[in-house]
Amino acid sequence: MAEISYRDAVARGIAQEMARDKDVVFLGEDVAKAGGCFKATVGLYEQFGPLRVRDTPISEQAILGAAMGAAMTGLKPIAEIMFSDFIAVCFDYIANEFPKSRYMSNGQTKCPLVVRTGNGAGSRFGAQHSQSVENWCMMIPGLKVVAPSSPRDVIGLLAAAVRDPDPVIFFEHKSLYPIKGEVPDGEIVDTLGTAKILRPGTDCTILALALMVPRALEAAERLKAEHGIDAEVVDVRSLVPLDTQTILGSVGRTHRLFTVEENPRLCGWGAEIVSIVADEAFYDLDGPPVRITTPHIPLPAADHLEDMVLPTADRIVETVRRSLNS
Amino acid sequence: MKAMAAKPTTAGTPANDDIGEAKRLALYRSQIRLREAEQRAFDLFLQNLVKGTSHLSLGQEAVAAGFAEAMQKGDLSFCTYRGHAHTLARGVSVEKVLGELMQKDNGLMRGKGGSMHLTSEDHGVMGSYAIIGAHLPIACGAAWRAQYRGDKDVSVCFFGDGTTNIGAFHEALNFAAVWKLPVVFVCENNLYMEYTPIGDVTAVPSPAGDRAAAYGLPKIVIDGNDADVVYREAQKAFAKARAGEGPSLIECLTYRHSGHSRADPAKYRPEGELERWKERDPIKIYRERLKQFGVSEQVMAEIDADVRREVDAATEACKAAPMPPTDILFTDVYADGGWAWRN
Repeated sequence: MAEISYRDAVARGIAQEMARDKDVVFLGEDVAKAGGCFKATVGLYEQFGPLRVRDTPISEQAILGAAMGAAMTGLKPIAEIMFSDFIAVCFDYIANEFPKSRYMSNGQTKCPLVVRTGNGAGSRFGAQHSQSVENWCMMIPGLKVVAPSSPRDVIGLLAAAVRDPDPVIFFEHKSLYPIKGEVPDGEIVDTLGTAKILRPGTDCTILALALMVPRALEAAERLKAEHGIDAEVVDVRSLVPLDTQTILGSVGRTHRLFTVEENPRLCGWGAEIVSIVADEAFYDLDGPPVRITTPHIPLPAADHLEDMVLPTADRIVETVRRSLNS
Repeated sequence: MKAMAAKPTTAGTPANDDIGEAKRLALYRSQIRLREAEQRAFDLFLQNLVKGTSHLSLGQEAVAAGFAEAMQKGDLSFCTYRGHAHTLARGVSVEKVLGELMQKDNGLMRGKGGSMHLTSEDHGVMGSYAIIGAHLPIACGAAWRAQYRGDKDVSVCFFGDGTTNIGAFHEALNFAAVWKLPVVFVCENNLYMEYTPIGDVTAVPSPAGDRAAAYGLPKIVIDGNDADVVYREAQKAFAKARAGEGPSLIECLTYRHSGHSRADPAKYRPEGELERWKERDPIKIYRERLKQFGVSEQVMAEIDADVRREVDAATEACKAAPMPPTDILFTDVYADGGWAWRN
């Protein structure tokens, strides 16, 4: 067991898989000699060499297209898109190529690849380098979508993603890169499509993803200490496949549901989960499900403005307290 | 024919034949087969038996045949939605292709893909891509795998003149050049991007050839209606790729005899243009070539009849084939064979 950062967990996860399987290769902008724009891939170039860890031009379509062609023909590429906002310039591969080739070819074409990307706000980068865009990917049949919240999950879910035979979009949260957590020694492999109950509770269920997970946990401690409300916190971790059983099981015990989403309001992942709960667990609910999201606006750059719009522990506490006391 | 800037064909002579009779007959057979199959697809469309859309390569057969005949087993083809000819030229049966165009259960992908996505990995046909430019980077990736593993196959990527104006073209060319990938980019310049003359929307006269220098590649513009010219150029590019000397970009001048797609009567073409190009029809050129090399009319007629039998039998099989069953709707979304996105 050792304490390592979320940032270092990325490099450890990639290294674990590259050491295990020669077919795993890694490409992206500044990922090799520079060790990544966020220093999340430091040491990989030195360890695995220039044939397996490759710097690319600023050509996101070439990066994802090349990853796909390599995956179709037998490699297991990991491609980095530096900021998840840039998915917009190579969305053809995410939306049209990776997820549809197997179906259109009646099962002939395979696409076992991972796209890692820096997602989310908190760095004061403004509206085009701060978005949470996991819902852009969640809506596409054929993709898998993962967003870890801890160093241990980074390694385990990244390993699971690399070993998965389908295209996986792996959202790392930029504001989580410096956080530290306990990680066991040796190989770590997790399971896609599994949510995790991080804090059991009886009065309500709070679902969160990525950066919203530590905020939900902090809110749950304060709800208990300050208001006597015992909240269960579930880290959704994987949007596709979605672990609806864990979510429905939790709501079945607590009878109240809150989602904490960094994405802007419309079509966030919480909306889909609320609809599933409404369809399948309506009579378990003692009150309306509540979505806590960023408002439906582009993100501002100024620090106090950005802080105002992202869900915070304060907002979660206040929203849950008002809902349960009303 | 002012766009026909390429030099006249060097046809070779019977005394100095670098291609050989067997390969010449194969090139002929392939072109006839592509012509007959595409013409049949058009006829079946008029009978309302070909559904959706379709983009024919009538008039462009020499490019598909010339490259496919130069490929080795294991070489990979990446095609566009105008990909019937390239798929057939790698040896996929006419029945499988027509079946997919008719969206029948005997189609190449059992009607799940349609005419724009023909794929037969067993034949090295790694897909037909309907988003312009998407497959150039994908071909780079397949070539990267070959380079990484030391495999000797070449990835061959076919596209039209219109593709040279989309970003992915430029990203892929630079990427392939910087990484020295064993990929061959083949631009079929048929003079029109969909309905618009390519010259009206392109800054340079040769849409692919004049861009080559930007990626450190030589300008190669050839007569795409002469299968021998195409075959020789393909061989050169493949040898370069296999030797680890990097990518090639080849612009083949050709002409589309029909409209862009089944919805297009191609009325935008100036009067007489089609007729002039039909004088340079690749099959007409190749029949004359075979005669010059001493192949008899009878041999050609036997090939023609043989091909027609395949196309006729395929047509009957496709007409008789059932529609795909509904249970394939939910298969192969994910690698486990199913479509489950939740537990």
